[in-house]
Amino acid sequence: MIEILAKYNYWIVIILLCTGLYGIMAKQNLIKKIIALNVFQTSVLLFYVSMSKIEGGTAPILLNHGHGVQPLFDNPLPQVLMLTAIVVGISTTAVALSIVMLIYRQYGTIEEDQILELNKHND
Amino acid sequence: MIDIAIPLFLVVCGIAVLFVRGLFSSIMIFSVYSLVMAIEWVRLNAVDVAITEAAVGAGISTVLFIIILSRTKYVDEGKHMNIPALLVSVSVAAVLLYGTLDLPNLRDPNIAPNTHVTPYYLEHSYEETGQLNVVAAILASYRGYDTLGETTVVATAGFCLILLLRGSNRRQGTKDSQKRTGSRT
Repeated sequence: MIEILAKYNYWIVIILLCTGLYGIMAKQNLIKKIIALNVFQTSVLLFYVSMSKIEGGTAPILLNHGHGVQPLFDNPLPQVLMLTAIVVGISTTAVALSIVMLIYRQYGTIEEDQILELNKHND
Repeated sequence: MIDIAIPLFLVVCGIAVLFVRGLFSSIMIFSVYSLVMAIEWVRLNAVDVAITEAAVGAGISTVLFIIILSRTKYVDEGKHMNIPALLVSVSVAAVLLYGTLDLPNLRDPNIAPNTHVTPYYLEHSYEETGQLNVVAAILASYRGYDTLGETTVVATAGFCLILLLRGSNRRQGTKDSQKRTGSRT
């Protein structure tokens, strides 16, 4: 079991990352592209947080600090960094969605191929 | 066993998000994906990340997507595969899989990510910051400038939203009024 788990989350991260990458490149709908970008982003977060887990560790909260034997704690540092990354991610999503809104107002569509077609006609 | 089942469910959700027909169901499945991700983070003992993910990923971003969806219209796209994109992502997956051979084993206390600066934080954070939750101590005290930068990013995103949406409203309004006056004359 432990031998599988030693690399298992890496495989999950790779599958999610490539699903997101495929969605960003292949999907024509701009909202679906942004959802794919989010999937891509969460896969990177999963990569970092997977590294912070230690076999037999508990959450890094010092409940009985200074009394007796301390338990084994997980690594708090990747968790802190990913906490920051989630909030930055929602900011980029919000800005991207507002740009989609502007594109819809200008072109009347959020499908990429139709937007490119309209651009060709305008030239 | 649950450590194997939850990531599998995550992968199923992640693939279903992209290949389901209709944008509304796609957004709903993305919300489910975020919630499963929150469960996975509780399994990885990252409780603060789990709370943030459940609030931000499953809550706020779903609301944002639905707001944008309600103001735009979309057509159902066909289920054709994009072969070049598929080839690129599969080859990226192959390269990354090859890279995992050299990555350290997960769940090992002695690998590089868990040995360098982390023991210092775990030993001294209570004396130096008075905070029992080490994650909060690092976030607000040791790496307070990171958090300041994050807050700056969020503020910038807020300004961007205000400028983008307000400007377009005004322009749209003038164009509409021009159209209206044009049709009247």
